[in-house]
Amino acid sequence: MRFALDETAIALRDAAAGLLAAETSPAVIRAGWPGGAQELVTAAWLKLAGLGVMGTLVPEDRAGLGLDENSLVPLLEELGRSGLPGPAAETIAVAAPLLEGGHLAAVLAGETMVAAQLGDGDLVPYGTSAALVMLRAPDGLRLYERVDLALEPCVTIDGSRGLARLTSPPAGGAGTLLSSDPAAVETAWRRGVLATSALLNGLSLQMLELTVGYVKQREQFGAPIGSFQAIKHALANALVAVEFARPLVLAAAWHQAAGSAEAGLNASAAKVAASDAARLVARTAIQCHGAIGYTTEYDLHLYAKRAWALIPSWGSQGWHRARLAAFLGVSGD
Amino acid sequence: MDLTWSEREEAFRAEARGWLEANVPRDLASGNTRAGFAAHLDWERTLHDARWAVVSWPERYGGRDATLWEWLIFEEEYYRAGGPPRVTQNGIFLLAPTLFEFGTPRQQDLYLPRMAAAEDLWCQGWSEPGAGSDLAAVRSSAVRDTERGGWLLSGQKTWTTRGAFCTHLFGLFRTDQAAGRHHGLTYFLVPLNIPGVTVRGFARLDGDEEFAEVFLEHAFVPDANVLGGINQGWQVAMSTTGSERGLTLRSPGRFLRSADRLLELYRSRPSAALRDRVVQAWIDAQAYQVHTLQQITGITEGRRAGPESSLNKLFWSELDVRLHETALALLGSDSELDGPWTRGFLFSLAGPIYAGTNEVQRNVVAERVLGLPRR
Repeated sequence: MRFALDETAIALRDAAAGLLAAETSPAVIRAGWPGGAQELVTAAWLKLAGLGVMGTLVPEDRAGLGLDENSLVPLLEELGRSGLPGPAAETIAVAAPLLEGGHLAAVLAGETMVAAQLGDGDLVPYGTSAALVMLRAPDGLRLYERVDLALEPCVTIDGSRGLARLTSPPAGGAGTLLSSDPAAVETAWRRGVLATSALLNGLSLQMLELTVGYVKQREQFGAPIGSFQAIKHALANALVAVEFARPLVLAAAWHQAAGSAEAGLNASAAKVAASDAARLVARTAIQCHGAIGYTTEYDLHLYAKRAWALIPSWGSQGWHRARLAAFLGVSGD
Repeated sequence: MDLTWSEREEAFRAEARGWLEANVPRDLASGNTRAGFAAHLDWERTLHDARWAVVSWPERYGGRDATLWEWLIFEEEYYRAGGPPRVTQNGIFLLAPTLFEFGTPRQQDLYLPRMAAAEDLWCQGWSEPGAGSDLAAVRSSAVRDTERGGWLLSGQKTWTTRGAFCTHLFGLFRTDQAAGRHHGLTYFLVPLNIPGVTVRGFARLDGDEEFAEVFLEHAFVPDANVLGGINQGWQVAMSTTGSERGLTLRSPGRFLRSADRLLELYRSRPSAALRDRVVQAWIDAQAYQVHTLQQITGITEGRRAGPESSLNKLFWSELDVRLHETALALLGSDSELDGPWTRGFLFSLAGPIYAGTNEVQRNVVAERVLGLPRR
């Protein structure tokens, strides 16, 4: 028994964190919004790809790092913290391990990003910008060129998500079949769930850090507002939520990597906890900032809106709770 | 990351499970009542005779030299088998870690074996009428008796759990009246049968005499009953409260078992409107379990649990209340009846209060983990 990150996971996380701190300012996140300088976002991904992170789950004999979900989660937490726009979960966790040939090489180089929708919905995050799109077709997972799909841009809460709606499903047999194995489909789905949970935890940590910094400086009634118990207690509750969600995501990653029979159960628990924590942290962060947190000039909203977009992605809390209820034998009434 | 148990640990689990399944008493009366307490003492002695009372202690004091992991496994199996709350817990989980850290060899040899055997029963003498959350406001005093080589203890302790049933008290007394709040306190080990000590039991929400007031009037204890240094009581006590808020008092096994019982209750009385709350209780218990695994890994690798233990206390105490509220909702009109869930609910309400109220814990988290300014 050892519940702590391995050296490889730490090394990958720290390398990514260092690069993201240097390359991803709020200005870069804003560049991902409509009308922004999108090339700033592209440049950050190219540098990140230079670390090899796109191939985290890709075997070494296919030029990847050959790591597993235990390394994926801390990496994605840092990506979440950074706020860097782009289909991080979809490209790194879901698509890359299933790709081959030219597509794989382009993804590993950071030149091509992959959007994905493996659930029941028709909304495709980054469906307006990613070159490739992965969908769950009746016969398995299929990969399409974005330009071949009927995708209609949507206005969304997080403008940097480049969301699109699939207005009609692709013809059967279109695109490339990546896998028809139900187990591979389930693995891809769980990796998306895990990666999104990790992104949410990273966003929560970022929002908490911003808020703690703010309430230490902001003075009202002649004192920093962070010295008031009303603020302290709200932030303490937010920290509790995040710090108990994080090990659930790590545990779920371990179960997935180990091929445990409880992997699905743990992934659902992780997603619920990370989503609930992010919602609480976002609400608390905005409240503790007062009116400045309700402006778009201040950066907090960039992270909060990403969280609100990710919370219903890869299975809402309701979806995962229903799945847990079935696992636990309490679905009937 | 490796969430598997070693062969040795699996063997330990199998041995614990086998013994507990054969020996855990059924239908024990509540240990919170005078009548029930005696039956619980029998159970404690049964545990001790089979060397399961204090598994993590050294063998010479009645333990098994079990690792922290094995302790965790034992706790899981204990609650899984339906073991009752430990009436000896304030001694074995709160005082003992302090004795191991600050006690002299003589104190350890004198107190630990008798504590393990439930021959000495210890209660905690922290709170006073004017010192609850604000523990540093303690006023009970210890005055030097040079002639007899000891101290005269005076004052009043209150809300002392199981004080009416215990034989000894560990507590804080002011040895230097001139020193500031946290200074000038000393940690004393006090037999309750000495002249000058009066104990009056009174009822808690969940039992008959489970609380007590302890009155001390010039009660003499020798120097040998000081734990740690004179005027060092605050530091010594904080090591105990760290245990109380953190790992030792509330192992995940208890909440995993409660969550399982809640699932069973739901299956027997399903209610779609409450399903998500039942699922959430299970998620919370899992979260507490894996957080504990993370924390124990940290401790075994030499990182000391600091103010983070307040996060634990906040999480398990709030989850316990929510879990029991959900059970009462499932029970509907039957939740008014006396029963394990109703009693568990009343007990759960103590969690956010004892070991430092959750309001104080939130201050600790905000100031010492998040770094927010003190007022």
